[in-house]
Amino acid sequence: MAEAASGKPKAEAKTGGGRFSPASLVLIAIILVMFFASYFTKADVSGLQIHPMKQFVVKPLFGGKELAFYTPTVVTLWMGVAILAVVGLLVLGTRGRAIVPSRVQSVAELLYGFVYKMVEDVSGKDGVKYFPHVMTLFVFILAANFLGLIPYSYTTTSQLAVTATMALLVFFGVTLLGLYKHGLGFLKIFWVSGAPLLLRPILAIIEVISYFVRPVSHSIRLMGNMMAGHAVIKVFAGFAGVMGLGAVAPILAITAVFALETLVAFIQAYVFAILTCVYLRDALHPGH
Amino acid sequence: MEGDIVQMGAYIGAGMASIGMGGAAVGVGLVVGNFVSGALRNPSAAAGQTATMFIGIAFAEALGIFSFLVALLLMFAV
Amino acid sequence: MAENTKAGEEAVKAAEAAAEAGMPQLDFSTYPNQIFWLLITLVVIYFVLSRLALPRIASVLAERQDTITNDLAAAEELKQKAVEAEEAYQKALADARAEANRIVAEAKAEIQADLDAATAKAEAEIAAKAAESEKAIAEIRANALEAVKQVARDTAKEIVAALGGKADARTVSAAVNARLKELGS
Repeated sequence: MAEAASGKPKAEAKTGGGRFSPASLVLIAIILVMFFASYFTKADVSGLQIHPMKQFVVKPLFGGKELAFYTPTVVTLWMGVAILAVVGLLVLGTRGRAIVPSRVQSVAELLYGFVYKMVEDVSGKDGVKYFPHVMTLFVFILAANFLGLIPYSYTTTSQLAVTATMALLVFFGVTLLGLYKHGLGFLKIFWVSGAPLLLRPILAIIEVISYFVRPVSHSIRLMGNMMAGHAVIKVFAGFAGVMGLGAVAPILAITAVFALETLVAFIQAYVFAILTCVYLRDALHPGH
Repeated sequence: MEGDIVQMGAYIGAGMASIGMGGAAVGVGLVVGNFVSGALRNPSAAAGQTATMFIGIAFAEALGIFSFLVALLLMFAV
Repeated sequence: MAENTKAGEEAVKAAEAAAEAGMPQLDFSTYPNQIFWLLITLVVIYFVLSRLALPRIASVLAERQDTITNDLAAAEELKQKAVEAEEAYQKALADARAEANRIVAEAKAEIQADLDAATAKAEAEIAAKAAESEKAIAEIRANALEAVKQVARDTAKEIVAALGGKADARTVSAAVNARLKELGS
């Protein structure tokens, strides 16, 4: 995060020229889009009827009502966009294979190095084998979170089905890996050998419970963070819709929340990935 | 009428469960605050411990997430 | 939505109904759909990453590391060369300085030798002149002594003659010599 923040001014300094920094231009653009968006949403908000949760409805992409498991929906659309973003950044961005990287390539390398170092530091040397899996989760969540910040887009990671599936994949994957690697020795993870003998059974119960609620907190953390941020923005947008010229205040508030959400979008992807690494470490080295 | 009372109870319960998230906020604040004070004492060791801080934040936050979950269940599932 | 198809309106109504009901996230009828597409997405991303992106980035990073290592080695070599060149320069400088010192010393020695020779010659000349002068002075002195003897002899003869004696030349000269010896001693 710090690298990304410090890397940007350097890039700006290289381009020089422009009087406005790209960041401020983006900010102004966001404020304008929000302003117009608030006027458009005014049409279907009568009075203070705010439906902050309406944005999370899963709608079929091409109309129709029934929702078979293969029907393309908005979720499908934005997952596809996430794939395109990932391919664009990590495959097309690096096709130059330059020794001195272009901007896109250096971002891709930054992401690679960031996740690689995280896996290596947290999971240990033998966790590096699972680096592509962690990278897949991280990159998908990162792309989905940031794509969800585009106005009128859809945040796939705000869906419990999505985050719970990923969390359960991690949970079962890690548990099966631990059982495969250590057999029943994997159960040592529940037996805190550092604690006094009397306390160990009680701690074991607590450890078992905390082990099995891992996927719950793992999934709801991501989903709750994304949902709450977008709902707050929607509520402020609802205020802006009925306030006329006074809408400047909620729009400024939306801008502030939007900045926070940009940070949250990254941090939640990071937290999801690092927790995956922690669980992986537990599976590879069960003893406390 | 009974249904209304049940719903009222569920909403009040959801509100009360949400208070628990404040505890998670306090916990996260403690984690980050202590990390920063430690990092200012020994800045050279801070960079290596950022991941540990985030793991601590995630675990402290997990308990707040359970109260959030309870609130959600009361609001929408009961 | 604004495509004003009937289906679209129905979808809006369905959406509104779902929104009224609470959280769309807890609408389990959409779960199979989302999970299906999520799994496809994850599999696609996984294969794109593990087959294309990650090996490529890893190779680029490794290549860059190699290049940096090579460049560092080359820089080290160049530095070594620079150090060697400086040493050679210093050595040449020291040689030149020694040569110059040697030349200066030689010249100095030559000049000293010339000077010594000239001095010796001058001293010899001076000594010769001094000896000559001394000789002359000794001659003059001897002459003078002789003259004094002569005068004394003559005077003594005259005085003896005047006193009426007849001075024997030999006696007079012996007396004068004895007297002079007495005076000289």
